[in-house]
Amino acid sequence: MTQLALVIDLNVCVGCHACVTNCKQWNTSGAAGALTDCNPYEAEPNGTFFNRVQTFEVGQYPKTETVHFPKSCLHCEDPACVPVCPTGASYKRKSDGIVLVDYDKCIGCKYCSWACPYGVREFDEQRKVMTKCTLCVDRIYDMSLPEDRRKPSCVLACPPGARLFGDVHDPESEVSVAIRERGGYTLMPEANTKPANHYLPRRKTTVTVRDEELYRSDNPHKIDGAPFDRNLPPTNEELN
Amino acid sequence: MSSPIHDPISSPLPDAATETKTTTCYMCACRCGIKVHLRDGEVRYIEGNPDHPLNKGVICAKGGSGIMKQYSPARLTKPLRRKAGTERGENQFEEISWDETFDILEKRLSHLRATDPKKFALFTGRDQMQALTGMFARQFGTPNYAAHGGFCSVNMAAGMIYTIGGSFWEFGGPDLERAKVFYMIGTAEDHHSNPLKSAIGDFKRNGGRFVAINPVRSGYAAIADEWIPIKPGTDGALILAIIREIIALGLYDRDFLARYTNSGQLVNQDESSKEFGMMMRNPEGDKINPLRPHNFYWWDRHTNQAVDDHAKHADPALFGSFIMPDGTPVKPAFQLLKERLADCTPDWAASITGIDAATIKRIAHEMGITARDQKIELPIPWTDWWGEEHETVTGNPVAFHAMRGLAAHSNGFQTIRSLAILMSLLGTIDRPGGFRHKAPYPRAIPPNARPPKGPEAVQPNTPLNGAPLGWPESPDDLFVDAEGKPVRLDKAFSWEHPLSAHGLMHNAITNAWRGDPYPIDTLLLFMANMAWNSSMNTSEVRKMLVDKNPDGGYKIPFIVVCDAFQSETTAFADLILPDTTYLERHDCMSMLDRPISEFDGPVDAVRIPVVAPKGDCKPFQEVLVELGGRLKLPAFTNAEGGRKFKNYPDFVVNYETAPGSGIGFLTGWRGKDGDKAMRGEPNPKQWEMYEKNGCFFQYHLPPSSQYMRNWNKEYMEWAQQAGMRRDNDPVIIHIYSEILQGFRLAAEGKRAGKQPPDELRERVATYFDPLPFWYAPLEDLESDLQHYPLNALTQRPMAMYHSWDSQNAWLRQIHTYNHLYVNTQTAADAGIADGGWMWVESQWGKVRCLCRYSEAVEPGTVWTWNAIGKSSGAWNLKGDANESKQGFLLNHLISEELGANADGKRFSNSDPITGQAAWYDVRVRIYPATAGEAEESSPQFETLNPVPGMASRNMGWQAWFAGSKKKGGAR
Amino acid sequence: MRPAFSVLLLTTLIGAAQGLFIALFLCELLAPNAITPNFLIGGSVIVLLLSGLGLLASFFHLGHPERAWRSMMMWRTSWLSREVIALPAFMAAAFAYGVAHWMALGHTLLIGVVGVVLSITLFICTGMIYAAVKVLKEWAHPLTLVNFSLLGSASGMTLAAAYASFVAPTLTAPLAQAAFVLTALSLLTRGAALVRNAQLSPASTLQTAIGIRHPHIVQKAQGAMGGSYNTREFFHGKSVGFVRVIIPAFLVLSFALPLLLVLTLPLLAFILQYAGLLAERWYFFAEAKHPQNLYYQGNS
Repeated sequence: MTQLALVIDLNVCVGCHACVTNCKQWNTSGAAGALTDCNPYEAEPNGTFFNRVQTFEVGQYPKTETVHFPKSCLHCEDPACVPVCPTGASYKRKSDGIVLVDYDKCIGCKYCSWACPYGVREFDEQRKVMTKCTLCVDRIYDMSLPEDRRKPSCVLACPPGARLFGDVHDPESEVSVAIRERGGYTLMPEANTKPANHYLPRRKTTVTVRDEELYRSDNPHKIDGAPFDRNLPPTNEELN
Repeated sequence: MSSPIHDPISSPLPDAATETKTTTCYMCACRCGIKVHLRDGEVRYIEGNPDHPLNKGVICAKGGSGIMKQYSPARLTKPLRRKAGTERGENQFEEISWDETFDILEKRLSHLRATDPKKFALFTGRDQMQALTGMFARQFGTPNYAAHGGFCSVNMAAGMIYTIGGSFWEFGGPDLERAKVFYMIGTAEDHHSNPLKSAIGDFKRNGGRFVAINPVRSGYAAIADEWIPIKPGTDGALILAIIREIIALGLYDRDFLARYTNSGQLVNQDESSKEFGMMMRNPEGDKINPLRPHNFYWWDRHTNQAVDDHAKHADPALFGSFIMPDGTPVKPAFQLLKERLADCTPDWAASITGIDAATIKRIAHEMGITARDQKIELPIPWTDWWGEEHETVTGNPVAFHAMRGLAAHSNGFQTIRSLAILMSLLGTIDRPGGFRHKAPYPRAIPPNARPPKGPEAVQPNTPLNGAPLGWPESPDDLFVDAEGKPVRLDKAFSWEHPLSAHGLMHNAITNAWRGDPYPIDTLLLFMANMAWNSSMNTSEVRKMLVDKNPDGGYKIPFIVVCDAFQSETTAFADLILPDTTYLERHDCMSMLDRPISEFDGPVDAVRIPVVAPKGDCKPFQEVLVELGGRLKLPAFTNAEGGRKFKNYPDFVVNYETAPGSGIGFLTGWRGKDGDKAMRGEPNPKQWEMYEKNGCFFQYHLPPSSQYMRNWNKEYMEWAQQAGMRRDNDPVIIHIYSEILQGFRLAAEGKRAGKQPPDELRERVATYFDPLPFWYAPLEDLESDLQHYPLNALTQRPMAMYHSWDSQNAWLRQIHTYNHLYVNTQTAADAGIADGGWMWVESQWGKVRCLCRYSEAVEPGTVWTWNAIGKSSGAWNLKGDANESKQGFLLNHLISEELGANADGKRFSNSDPITGQAAWYDVRVRIYPATAGEAEESSPQFETLNPVPGMASRNMGWQAWFAGSKKKGGAR
Repeated sequence: MRPAFSVLLLTTLIGAAQGLFIALFLCELLAPNAITPNFLIGGSVIVLLLSGLGLLASFFHLGHPERAWRSMMMWRTSWLSREVIALPAFMAAAFAYGVAHWMALGHTLLIGVVGVVLSITLFICTGMIYAAVKVLKEWAHPLTLVNFSLLGSASGMTLAAAYASFVAPTLTAPLAQAAFVLTALSLLTRGAALVRNAQLSPASTLQTAIGIRHPHIVQKAQGAMGGSYNTREFFHGKSVGFVRVIIPAFLVLSFALPLLLVLTLPLLAFILQYAGLLAERWYFFAEAKHPQNLYYQGNS
C-alpha cells in the first residue's frame, strides 16, 4: 500500500518561505482553491495557507540554533481528523494515503481541526469549509506534466532541496532511505497518529585539526624562512 | 466510505483557455527563469523553469508571489502630474496623457541639455538595465547618473575587483559543488540567492562544513555547522588575524602566490623616491600591455638577483629585503604584507571582534589544513598566460561568501580586500572548490571603463565621452575640477570617495538640496524609494524634498518618479511615470551590465511580456527610447536626424557598442541568421530565438577555459575576441595594491598630476593604504560609545529581499510588521519587556518600536528586518495597516552624512575609499517606552491617499482564482 | 479551545431538555396519580422548545448549514454524526410522547422508555464528542461523559421542579429534592474534573512538537503575523483575570445557589443554574489546552 508523504530536512531549510507562497499560488487557482485572504490590504492580514514556516530559537546565547520549521498536514497513517468527521468530507485515500477534504461535503463544523494535534488544518473564512494540504494531488497525477514535475508545488519550489516527496512505504524510495539513514522522525509521537511526513534533524560537520597536522615537511617556510621570527617547526605551545 | 463529490484532481475550470510562457523573474535581483501559466489571460501559476541554468526549476517565496504583485492595488496606471496649486508631498495628482507627459519632459530636458546637462540627474534603484539607463545618461551628457550599488554593496564589488579582478555579487561565487569547508561572513543572502540556497543545500548534504561568522544567527547562518558571533564592523580584524596565523604556520599556497599574485613583485622601499611604494619596473622588460605595463621584477631565490617576473626557471623570494643593482632598496610585496600583520595577532583580533583567540586560531587552522591537505586535481590540461602547460587544474576546497555584511561599513573596502587576500593566500581564486568567476569577469584590475576626467567632459548638447561610472586606476582618472572639487552631484570619483565605482545615490538628494557642489533642476528617480527605505536619514530627506528657496521655488525644482507602484516616493513627485511590472515588458540581463553567467561560461537572459500592460503604464525602457529620440540623442537618432529605434526591442536587436562592433545588449543568436554567439551583426529574429530557448542564452566554455581564467591564455584570447575584455593580458592578484599607493602618493604630494585639496590629503593618505588594515568604523570615532554602546543592523528577510512587497497580499502576511531583536540579557538589563514598546536612539534620531528577545544575536547588537515598516497609506495599504502602526524603519537613526568637522564640512557617511553607504556603522542605545505612551511605532507620517488610476483595494477579503470572476470582497 | 457560543447554547439547552424529559418520564412512572396529561404535554412542549433552540443554535456553528444533513453519514465512526442522529430521534420521541398523551393514544410509558434511552444515548453522544478528542486531555476522560449527563439531568430536574411549581405543585418538592441530589452529585463529579484537570501535565511539549531535545526552545515566528485560523480557534482569547473569575462564578451559579434555592424558589434556581452552566461550558472549552497551540506561541 502506498503512503505518499513529505520528508522535510531541517538540516538545510533556510526558512525562505518558498514552500509557503508556492503552495498558495498553486492551490489558490487549483482544485482546492480559492484560498481566501482576509484583510489583504488592511490591518491584521491573514488568510488560508496549507503550509507555514515557523522559526524557533533553540538554546541560549551563544549556543543558539535558529531552527526554521516548515509545517503542513502530516498525512497521518492513523489520522485523528478523519474518523471524527460527521460527513465523510475528511477522508484518507486508500490508494495513496493522502488525507483530503471533500469541500462539497464539508459542513464547516471544524471538529476535524480539534482532533488534529498539529494545527495544520485551516478553516477558510470565505468558503466556510475546512482546508488543508492536498500534497498537490491535482499535480502529482497530471500526465500532461513531465514526470519530474509531478511533485507538490512546495517540493518543486524549495531552493535548498529541503523537501523530499515519495512513498514512505516503499523501503527503497528516496524518502524511506532518507528517513532510515538520516534519522527521520515524526512529530508528537505521543499522539499516536503515525504521521506519514517525517523530519530530518540537524547534523553537524566538524573538522578536527591535530597539532601534528599543522606542520608538514613541505612547509613553505623551508623556502621562505620563518615569519615573525619563529623557529621551525613551531612548538605545541605556540600552536595553541 | 462514499465516494467524494469534489474531484480533487480535475481542473476546476476545464473549459478555460490555458497557455504557458517563459520569461525571467524580477521579484528580486536573482533573475530566475520562470514559466508563467495563464488561464483565460490571467496569471494562474509561476513556476521555476527547470531548464534554466540559474535556478534549475526552483523558485523562492517572492517568485511564487508574483501574482499578487501583478494584481496589486498599488499599481500605477496613468501618468500623473502634481495638481496645480498643491504643494509637493501632498500627494495630489491629476491624470495626464503620455503625449503631454513626453512634451513636459522633452521641453524641460532639451532645455537642460542645451544649457547645462548636469542639471539633469538620473538615479535608479533596483535597476536591472543599467546598460540602457547609463547609456541614456551618457548620451544626454549628464554625469549625474548612478544606480543603487553605492548604497548596496559597492565595497564588495570594488574591494575584490581591485584585488582579484572579480567579486561575489553576480560576478563570481563560491564553488560549493567541490568545496569542503565554507565560510559565510556577514549577511549575504541577497544576490544570486536561489542558486546559493540550492548550492548550500547540496553542500551540506554532501557533508561540507559551513561556518557562519555574523553578529546575528539568521538567514543561511541558521543552518551553519558553527555560528561564530562577531561584533559588527570588526570582520577586517578577524580576517587579518586569520591571515597572520596562516602565514605564521606556513599554510599559504606558496606556488599559487608566487606565480599568480604580485606577492613576489618587488616594491620600491626608497622613502625619498617619488616611486616609493610603487612596483619596480624593468624598462627593458616585456610590458605585455603598454596601457597597463607588466614589466615587474622578482627577486629570484635561485640566482639571488632581480629578474623579470615570470622569467623561465625563476622562483621569486616572498620574504626578504633586497637592494637593486641601482641601489634601490626593495622588498617583495608579500614581505610587506607580513610586516603589516606582525601585530595582528589572534589576541589583538579577539579584543576587537569579541571572538576568542583560540577560535580564531582554530578557524585559521581548519582553513589552512583543508586547503593544503584536500587538494582537488581535475584532469584538465590548460596553458597559463606565460606559456607553461599544466596537466591538471588544481584547487583548494575552501570557499567563502560575503556581501552587505562586510560591505556596508565605512571600513568595508579594506575588510573586503583582506578577505580577497585571504582567499588568495589559500590558493582558491578561480579554482575548483574555491572562488569561481563568472563572465564577463575576470576583468582587468581595475576594469577599463574610466569616469570622465573633468568639468570639460560635460558640454551642452554633447554626450559624455565615456560612461558616467567607471573604475579609476590613478588619481588622474578622478572626476574633479582644477581645484580638486567634485564634478558629479553625488561627489563620486572625487577625492572624498575616489573609487566610488557605483556612485553615491544616498547623497544625491542631500547634495542637490544643499546645492553642494551645485543645485540641479530635474531629478529623475526610477524604481527607488528615496523617501523611505532607500534613503538614510529618511525623516530629514523627506523635508529636503519639499524645502524651498527664499524665492518660493523648490530647492530641487522638478522631481520625476518612474515606478510601477504608488509609494512614499511617488508622493514627492511632480510627475509620475507609471512603469510596467516584469510580466508586462521586454528586458535584458545584458553582458554589458550584470548578466546571469554561470561558472562555466556566459549566460544572458531576457524578459518577454506574458500579459498586457495594465492601463496606460509603459515600460521605462520605452520611455527612455522615446525620450532619446525626442531629445535627438545621437545613439537614438539616425543619420537624417530622425528617431532611430521603433521601440525598446528594436533597440536591443540593433544597437551595437560601436558601429559594426557586433557587440550588443545580447550575446545569443547574433549574426543575421542567428548562428553566432557573443559577437556578430544584429539579428532581426533575436527575440524570437531567445523566446524559443526559454528566454536565456548559455555559452559553455571548454573545460580548459573554465578555470584559472585570470591567467588562462586560451580563455583570455577567447574573452578578448568575444568582446568581454579589451586586452588579453593576465590579471595578477593584487596582494599589494599599487593602485591605492598611487592615491596615497598623490595625497602626500609625491606624485605629479591631480592633487587632493589640502584638507583631504590626510584622509586619502590614511585610507589608501596599499596593504590591508582594519580601522574602527568612522561613526565610532564621533560617537560617544559609552552613551551609544550598541550597534544597530538591518537585514531583509528572504521572503522580501530586493523587492517592493509590502503591497503583496501574500508576502505581507509573513512579515506584517517588525520587531527590534535584542539579546535577551541586553534587553532585560535595559528593563525592556519581550514584546514591549521601546525606544532605540542614535545621535541622529530615535525610533519607537516593539522589542523581541533573541538568543541569536550577540549582546552588543540589535537588529531588525528592514523595509517592513511603511509610511501610513503607502503602497495602497489601509492607513492603519500593521506595517505603519507597528512596523518601523531603522533608517531614521542612520545619517547620510557624518557630523561636521572643524571646518563645518560634512562628509558622506560612507567608506572613504568607495563611497559605500555605511548603513551598519550606526551606534545606538535602547530604553523602554514609558507607560502611557502611544502604542504605535514612531515616527508616524500623514496617511497617503490613493492616487488617480489606482484600483481600489479589496477590503475584507480576496480570493485569487485565475480565470474566475468573483475574487474580492466589498470595495 | 475557543468557546463557540452556538455550542454552549446547544449543549446546555439540549442537556436541560434531556433532563426534563427524564423527569417527566419518572413522574409518569412513579407518580401516575399526581400528574395530569397536560403536565406531561406541556413538559414535552418545553423539551421540544429547548432542544429545538439547541438544534437551531447548532446550525450557527456550521459553515454550511444547508449541508447539515450530511453529518448523519458517518455514524459508524463519528460521535458527532451519532449526536446528529440521536438529537432528532430524541426530539421525535419527545414529540411522540407529548402527542400520545395529547391524543390519549396509550403506550406512553413505552414511548417514554424509548425517549429516556434516546436521552441517555444523546448524553453519551454529546459527551463522547468531547471525550473522544484524544489530544485534549482535559476532555478525554469518562468524567466528561458523566458531567454532560449529570449536569444535563440536574438542570432538567431543576427545570422540572420549576415547571411543576406552576402546574403540578404537589410534584415540586420531590422534583426539587431530586434536583438537589443531582446538582449535588454533579458538583462532585464536575469538581472532580476540575481537580483532575488542574493536575494534568501535557502529553505534548514543544520538544515533542518539533522533535528537538533541548530545555530552552522559544518560538520566534509562527509563519503568519496577522493571525490565522490556528491562532483563533484554539485559544479563548480572554485574560487570565477573566478565567480566574469564571470558575467561582460557575461553581456558585451552577451549584451553590441552586442547591440553596431549588427547594424554595425552583424557577430562580433554574435560571441561575442555566446561566451557570453557560459559564461552566465556557470554561470547559477554555480550560482545554490544545497541543496545536505549541506551534502558535510567538511572533516577530
